[in-house]
Amino acid sequence: MSATPAVEIDGVSKRFRLYRERNQSLKAALMRGGRASYDEYWALKDVSFEIAEGSTFALIGENGSGKSTLLKCIARILEPEKGSIRTHGSVAALLELGSGFHPELSGRENVFLNGSILGMSKRELERKFDEIVHFAGIEPFIDQPVKNYSSGMYMRLGFSVAINVDPEILLVDEVLAVGDAAFQDKCMEKFVEFREAGKTVVIVSHAMGSMRTLCDQAAWLDKGTLVEVGRADTIVDRYVDKEHGKDVGTGPATTGSSRIGSGEALLTDVAVLDRNGRPATRFRTGDPVTIRMGYECSERVERPAFALALDTVAGMRVWAHHTRDGGPDIPFIEGTGHIDLVVPHLALQPHTYDLSARILDHTLTHTYDFVRHCFRFVVETGDVRESGGVVALGGRWRADLSSLPSEAAV
Amino acid sequence: MSVVADLKNSRALLVNLTLREVRGKYKRTLLGQGWSLLNPVATLLIYSLVFGFVLRVPVPVGNPSGVALFPLYLACGLLPWTFFSNALTGGMNALLGNANLLRKVYFWRPTLVFSSTFSWNVTFGIELLVLIVAMLVVGAMPLPWIPLLVVAVVLLTVFVLGLGLLLSVANVYFRDTQHFVGIGMQLWFYATPIVYPYSLIQDQAARMRADGNDFPLEFLYRLNPMERFVSVFRAMLYDNTWPAWQDLAFCVAAAAISLVVGIAVFNRTQHRLVEEL
Repeated sequence: MSATPAVEIDGVSKRFRLYRERNQSLKAALMRGGRASYDEYWALKDVSFEIAEGSTFALIGENGSGKSTLLKCIARILEPEKGSIRTHGSVAALLELGSGFHPELSGRENVFLNGSILGMSKRELERKFDEIVHFAGIEPFIDQPVKNYSSGMYMRLGFSVAINVDPEILLVDEVLAVGDAAFQDKCMEKFVEFREAGKTVVIVSHAMGSMRTLCDQAAWLDKGTLVEVGRADTIVDRYVDKEHGKDVGTGPATTGSSRIGSGEALLTDVAVLDRNGRPATRFRTGDPVTIRMGYECSERVERPAFALALDTVAGMRVWAHHTRDGGPDIPFIEGTGHIDLVVPHLALQPHTYDLSARILDHTLTHTYDFVRHCFRFVVETGDVRESGGVVALGGRWRADLSSLPSEAAV
Repeated sequence: MSVVADLKNSRALLVNLTLREVRGKYKRTLLGQGWSLLNPVATLLIYSLVFGFVLRVPVPVGNPSGVALFPLYLACGLLPWTFFSNALTGGMNALLGNANLLRKVYFWRPTLVFSSTFSWNVTFGIELLVLIVAMLVVGAMPLPWIPLLVVAVVLLTVFVLGLGLLLSVANVYFRDTQHFVGIGMQLWFYATPIVYPYSLIQDQAARMRADGNDFPLEFLYRLNPMERFVSVFRAMLYDNTWPAWQDLAFCVAAAAISLVVGIAVFNRTQHRLVEEL
């Protein structure tokens, strides 16, 4: 890490005016004596940190946390009310691709126009022109007006121009998801190239998975204030833990669940218990948990079966299980009671999950009661940390070092 | 001055944005750049018909050129005015019209006003060339005045740039600006001796003096910078003589004040510009 940071952010506060009645007409201005009535909204509150030169830096936070505002302040598009931002080196911002394209002009003319908006000289553009067009992959259409381009072509050309500006500090806002898979790979390659050339990249994104691996440093913003700065992986993990299930709500479902069944036996309560037998909604990977299904019968029900299923909030079926597979053969149920499923290690990666429960007859063809998504819980990072996906297999790496070529042998 | 440095740094951008304006203006029209000549010719014909043929405005004789043609007399004032009017309106809308760009990229913002104005300079230049040829055809000799004519064009450009900078930010904060300016420009057009010669104002002032009315009509009339600019252009193009040095000095002062005020206002108000767009 070099001694001088690429970006120094010192006590930055940014205020927006939320007009109750916009003062955009002279009449309104004159009637109020030039004072428009507005509410103040501080999008950033006294944020200070440094971005080291050569680092790939992530700004994370939920919507409205001020991360895009901060990025725009670094890009000088917005001016902070208080504090200062010093940048060392040329800055280019990728806030929107193809902004400044003139629809009636050809791709060729727009490359020169857009390039100069981003600060490239004519000679530089002439030198890089072929590379830009090749990278975007639109050689046959370069002399067509860009209004005839597909949105993908438009974005690719915009990205290609921007990435070829070759600044010392690159600011990127949510543009990683551009184009098809092949083009995304090309973009990733460019970012890595950038990083290897010792340049600084500042990224705002919600794609936590790629942020965790792509970035080495991160700052976490919440409602305009800085929560934490540090290593990207630890900050992203903490952020993901805190944010999961925050807005969707956890515990027994109040809405969104659906229920069907003949009703001789009804599910009264479905809960997940922690290691102390207490109902909880937040667990860690590897925790022992117990899933308890309470029931109530209006009549004696012969040979029932109980079933559970687990989905991610995104709707992916993760797991399902019923008592006919390895469970006790229950002769009958009557009145009220409960049945438990004991899970010694919760082999799930951090996510939010929905539980569905069902009571069936022993042939599994008749449903007494089925409640879809009746309980929601969150899994946070535990001792077992695996890199991606939904399940935590708990695998351990082992390398037979003696079989690898040692330095002495080379 | 930092403005000069900023202007120098954004030179490439200025060229490209100006080209965008020039190329984009008549894209997809059958006549293309031909419209930049057809428009003033049409206006010229209409005004000649109304003011020269119907209202019989007296046609001043060029001194020493000896030309006495109303359409040409009109053109010598109308072309600078049309440039002024187009450049002012274009400059005023330059920021609002490029809101999308301003929100996404940082660059030196006055570039937008500059490039809009310069794109009208291109049109103005072509029009002036055609007018010079027309003057040559009818026997006048404007060629020796071309260098000074260029100076006058530069002064008028600086004058309109200052106003454009001022109005461009005003228009962002108060959207009424463009409508007020629309009305103001009509008034300003008739307050400038374009469709009638200045001698008509002198006649009116003389009549008022004879009636014992000491309203300073001529003094007020001549405070209008556009009156001075039109006089300068007419002296060189129509009369083929030196413009009055007072007029030229007035133009220099007007251009300088306009630019300084325009830049000062722009710099003072631009920090919340993007939020207000």
